[in-house]
Amino acid sequence: MMAFEGLAERLQGTMQKIRGKGKVSESDVKEMMREVRLALLEADVNFKVVKQFVKKVSERSVGQEVMKSLTPGQQVIKVVKEELTALMGGEESRIGTAKRPPTVIMMVGLQGAGKTTTTGKLANLLRKKYNRKPLLVAADIYRPAAIKQLETLGKQLDMPVFSMGDQVSPVEIAKQAIQKAKDDHLDYVLIDTAGRLHIDEGLMDELKQIKELSSPEEIFLVVDSMTGQDAVNVAESFNEQLGITGVVLTKLDGDTRGGAALSIRAVTGKPIKFVGMGEKLDALEQFHPERMASRILGMGDVLSLIEKAQTNVDETKAKELEQKMRTMSFTFDDFLDQLGQVRSMGPLDEILKMLPGANKMKGLNNVQVDEKQIGRVEAIIRSMTKDEKQQPEIINSGRRKRIARGSGTSIQEVNRLLKQFEDMKKMMKQMSSMQQKGKKKGGMPKLPFM
Amino acid sequence: MSFFKKLKDKFSGSQEQEQTTEKYTEGLKKTRSGFSEKMNNLFARYRKIDEDFFEELEEILIGADVGFDTVMELIDELKLEVKRQNTNEPEAIREIITEKFVDIYAGDDEMSSELNIQDTGLTVILFVGVNGVGKTTTIGKLAHQFKTEGKKVMLAAGDTFRAGAIEQLEVWGERTGVDVIKQTEGSDPAAVMYDAVRAAKSRGADILLCDTAGRLQNKVNLMNELQKVKRVIEREVPEAPHEVLLVVDATTGQNALIQAKTFKEATDVSGIVLTKLDGTAKGGIALAIRKELGVPVKFVGLGEKMDDLQPFDAEKYAYGLFAQAFEQKESESADETAE
Repeated sequence: MMAFEGLAERLQGTMQKIRGKGKVSESDVKEMMREVRLALLEADVNFKVVKQFVKKVSERSVGQEVMKSLTPGQQVIKVVKEELTALMGGEESRIGTAKRPPTVIMMVGLQGAGKTTTTGKLANLLRKKYNRKPLLVAADIYRPAAIKQLETLGKQLDMPVFSMGDQVSPVEIAKQAIQKAKDDHLDYVLIDTAGRLHIDEGLMDELKQIKELSSPEEIFLVVDSMTGQDAVNVAESFNEQLGITGVVLTKLDGDTRGGAALSIRAVTGKPIKFVGMGEKLDALEQFHPERMASRILGMGDVLSLIEKAQTNVDETKAKELEQKMRTMSFTFDDFLDQLGQVRSMGPLDEILKMLPGANKMKGLNNVQVDEKQIGRVEAIIRSMTKDEKQQPEIINSGRRKRIARGSGTSIQEVNRLLKQFEDMKKMMKQMSSMQQKGKKKGGMPKLPFM
Repeated sequence: MSFFKKLKDKFSGSQEQEQTTEKYTEGLKKTRSGFSEKMNNLFARYRKIDEDFFEELEEILIGADVGFDTVMELIDELKLEVKRQNTNEPEAIREIITEKFVDIYAGDDEMSSELNIQDTGLTVILFVGVNGVGKTTTIGKLAHQFKTEGKKVMLAAGDTFRAGAIEQLEVWGERTGVDVIKQTEGSDPAAVMYDAVRAAKSRGADILLCDTAGRLQNKVNLMNELQKVKRVIEREVPEAPHEVLLVVDATTGQNALIQAKTFKEATDVSGIVLTKLDGTAKGGIALAIRKELGVPVKFVGLGEKMDDLQPFDAEKYAYGLFAQAFEQKESESADETAE
């Protein structure tokens, strides 16, 4: 029940069948496309969008790319991911500026999408990143205490909030707010409007009026990333009636696949500009299409990990290393080399994040990789003599003391590293014998820098 | 008499019955027209049942946010039924689909949508859910209803996190003339609950409605906090909370299932409130929650007005959903008999 399978797992069954045949037929591709379709539907991508999308992927797959490939499964994933990324990507998360200040930004959307919180976050970003002076405008006169909510956020941010209570029409509030911004030389006006259904004509009319008088540079549609199939109707309708300029996807720090992102982009053609990643006021991030693609497909960012590894790891060296692991002749020199290669791929916690399922794995989701700690490990190894690196067994207590002094660390740290290195070698032996026997057993010991 | 006719006759009894049925039909107008139009369309276009037919049916159901696994199961069952009846006529399975829907919604008699309200003494109801689903609004509407029934109601402002949340509940307190127990923003929600339960007991309240901050179910710390809130209530009133209601936004997609599962594990959810079902939401996900987790839907939000929160009635829901599609069919067949 509720096994939210990623595309990779979904494709496994099909792949096994193909492996037996050794050749990919058109009906195999068709079967794979069914899995692609199901994976996307399960991720809440709208079924109409799925249909078009699968058609496109299918065309590419029936062609050379997949059928001639030795690894058709991976190739399908690659094609799907590329197409997804292309569909969602393109534009940068820039915020427009009006020729004459103040620049007006309208925040619109359904009830409970997170407009007010996002308004606060956006104001924070404008000040922090662009050094702007925003005015927050409380134009939600319908929901009880919505004005109070924005005022509280304003207080937390130490930013001005414009409100006229809940007895004045939002249109009038917007008008006066813009005047106020002009008077006070504030350069951005963020209008927080009330949540409304896109089919509520009266309230949609109100938004049109606000738009007319304020000529906003941006109209951001705020959408809950957990939204299901209806996301397209909401986005389409808001876009038709108001002409939105971008989308903010909220609550993406949850565990939704977020297929709504793709649906919205596909039907409106408007870019997803920001994503809400937490309840704090600085938790508004840029949208990364390729990350979103992985997320929708239920996989970590393996492809960029592989790409990174390919560009950074020397293949002959890798072969040598494998040999060494098998024969247990892995030394501290090799370890240092490895460390260097891994580090050249980028910050380690980012690499960890790219692993599929890492965010779900208990313990791994909040591993803080201490880069300083890696530096210390390197220092310890570099303080060893050539012999010591090749044959760690000879490191007695006298040598340990010297190494600790030389690397500016403690004997305990040196001891720990030596112990972990021994464990690692044992594990490598296990792993290589496992590979030969084809059995899986045993867990990963802690690496020296975790 | 057809299954659908039976449902229809059932609801055309008393006037009160008809009124609430009307609320359903009205509230689900958009939902229904989209859904039944598609169904009608499907049955009109297909003369025989084949793979494409099932794929389209699958899409209609998924388009209504019916849970993924539920749809797959439903389709499998229908395929089996087609084989059993040895037919390939779409009409043959039309009614079975409605029956299956109602079955999932109302199938188990033990899953009542009635609230567990104590005859004497205090009834505590805890509201939980992710951010922005409408917990506070639901509490406001329910407070109004209980008050109208002549009950002494109190509210606990347990959302001490979100800016303006306490004030929002206070406005509802004023509107409905009900006391709100609160502390300042940022205080410990468990402490608020402790105060509220104590106050409710000493003031002889019948119903205590407890608001909590919205939280995403994958935030372990926040889920722990919720468990603590529940424990405090359990300690103060034996058997309480009498209901733990998970509030779910009807526009939510597949994630609603994970929400229901995780919140159920943490707080032993006893029922679902499906909000924002008016509008365009299809709320098909309620089907899946009921089927896969055995948690019944107890209330549905069908509009913004105070009395737009209705006790959930599975048969009425199905009626609302299929009314148009089947009335048409009924009249067609009536015409045929007349001829």
